[in-house]
Amino acid sequence: MRIWSIVGRLAWRNLWRNKRRTLIMISAVSVGIWAMLFMTALLRGMVNEMIRGTVQVLPGHIQIHHPEYRDDPNVVNAIAPPQGKLLALLQSDAVVAWASRVRVPAVVSSERESRSVTLLGIDPDQERSVSFVADSMVAGRFLEGRSDAGIVIGRKLAETLETDIGKRIVIMSQDPQNEIVDRGFRIVGLFDAKLQSVEEGLVFIGIGTAQDFLRLGNRVHEISVLGPGFRDLAALNEAVAAAAGPDLETLPWYELDSYFGTLLQVMDGFVLVWIVVIFLALSFGLVNTLVMAVFERVHEIGLMLALGMRPMVILAQVVVESVLLLLIGLGIGNLLAWTTVARLHAGIDVSVVAEGMEMFGSSAMLYPELAVNDLFMANTVVILLGIVASLSPAWRASRYQPVEALSKV
Amino acid sequence: MSAVRCIGVSRIFRQGEHEVRGLDNVSLEIEKGEFVCLVAPSGGGKTTLLNAIGGLDRPDSGEIWVAGTRIDTLGKSALAEMRLNHIGFVFQAYNLIPVLTARENVEFVMQLQGVSADERQHRADAILAEVGLKGLEDRRPAKMSGGQQQRVAVARAIVSEPAMVLADEPTANLDSHAAEQLMELFVALNKKHDTTFIIATHDPRVMSYAGRIVRLLDGRIVEDVRQEAA
Repeated sequence: MRIWSIVGRLAWRNLWRNKRRTLIMISAVSVGIWAMLFMTALLRGMVNEMIRGTVQVLPGHIQIHHPEYRDDPNVVNAIAPPQGKLLALLQSDAVVAWASRVRVPAVVSSERESRSVTLLGIDPDQERSVSFVADSMVAGRFLEGRSDAGIVIGRKLAETLETDIGKRIVIMSQDPQNEIVDRGFRIVGLFDAKLQSVEEGLVFIGIGTAQDFLRLGNRVHEISVLGPGFRDLAALNEAVAAAAGPDLETLPWYELDSYFGTLLQVMDGFVLVWIVVIFLALSFGLVNTLVMAVFERVHEIGLMLALGMRPMVILAQVVVESVLLLLIGLGIGNLLAWTTVARLHAGIDVSVVAEGMEMFGSSAMLYPELAVNDLFMANTVVILLGIVASLSPAWRASRYQPVEALSKV
Repeated sequence: MSAVRCIGVSRIFRQGEHEVRGLDNVSLEIEKGEFVCLVAPSGGGKTTLLNAIGGLDRPDSGEIWVAGTRIDTLGKSALAEMRLNHIGFVFQAYNLIPVLTARENVEFVMQLQGVSADERQHRADAILAEVGLKGLEDRRPAKMSGGQQQRVAVARAIVSEPAMVLADEPTANLDSHAAEQLMELFVALNKKHDTTFIIATHDPRVMSYAGRIVRLLDGRIVEDVRQEAA
């Protein structure tokens, strides 16, 4: 303990012997850390926004289906509505919201155009908490009950079909007996979505109306579940799968949408690579500073060795000096990054490139998010790599022969 | 048991293609409590012998024993440990650590030895007062004169009461009064604690305090005499 007291004191005072050099290095580390964290926060914000947007479009965090539904989204691959253990779990505090849906392929026709779409029968009350549609109405109204006779379509689809609110369109699909069913619906609302494909490809009717129309009884095709967040879903997914039973397929969003699931993993890896790359640039400055500091103090190092300081303590002293320098830089860099992100909490307007952002499912506003994990990873990586980088000059310092070092002026 | 025993010690320095014999087959035995001066002209080998005895340099051949331990075969850490616990060094240049105050410089060795903070400060303040530096404890070396710095270095060398003090030209940068005070301090320590002193010098005033004079020339011992100290 006493040895660390003298090592710390010497390292701290030596750090300030060349104030200008130390301040330049601290500035470089601070700016590097700031850049590391701020860019990570921007990327994290963008990817999270994309994932949230995607999850909000429909999938939720976890979905339950008939085991064959994903391969063949046919009307016959329906399941019973939640009941028993599954219903109890869905109504517990572990689940934030859930919705069951009828979901089948269909053809929509106006008096001018026809398009293939996905028909969704929804419970408007459940759906409000799970997906985007209730909050994305740009004209008319949202569905008002399970048996609402109206239909809500996307603005873009309305343009394509050359139709509008109040007009009737015909939905055609198949019932479980493979008989064609069709019915006219009056458009009661238009919704807007970040993705054009969503605006053009989804139409919503009441779930009761859909079950009657498709002769499904009370059966549904999809149960969508929202947990507390889109990360760390393993435990909830396991619980839902156990409650749903082995005859149903239960999958988290990142398996349902492998693109975004992979994107999230790639993002985690990318953050680490980004941090390491910035640190490598910094490390040249750090090593140079330490080499100069050691080179200037060869005589003193010889003196300390002569007085009985063990070589490993000399090594530790140089490493501690490096760690102190990094800690100061990290402190300032973290503060700068936190301040920058806090000041930008209202978002950064990137509407100049909005079309490109929307293609990826992100909005025209970018909300930087400084994740605790990223903060921890950046600081840990910098300290660990800093120690590794300082080992070379530290090792050199510890290998001096006292008599040779003492002869250096 | 001898304090120091050198057997056939040689040290060769290579300067390009030339070889210079810093020590040439030196054998020497110094008993505990002796006050010895190594006397030689510049380049005669006194500092080389002092460095070899102190474990700061390794001989090319021969054996060096300090307090019953053969040190020329010890590893770096073991040598550091031996220097820390058995030897006090006083160098010609003051050799203080510039970022530490006078007190902290004196405490340095004790801190490496693991002496408690209270004990360190008490002993450092006492020894600094003894070498005439009371009131200057918190000054850094840059704010002290050469003589004051040398006294701090002496205080550092003797504060932990080592069995042996090795001093290389300790009075070279001191005026005659300060040199006399320093030598009297050495003699007092020698008598009080039976500390072995080995001093490399060519200062006749220093030699007069020694009980034994070992003269070297071109790395060889040419004379080894005992005398009545002043």
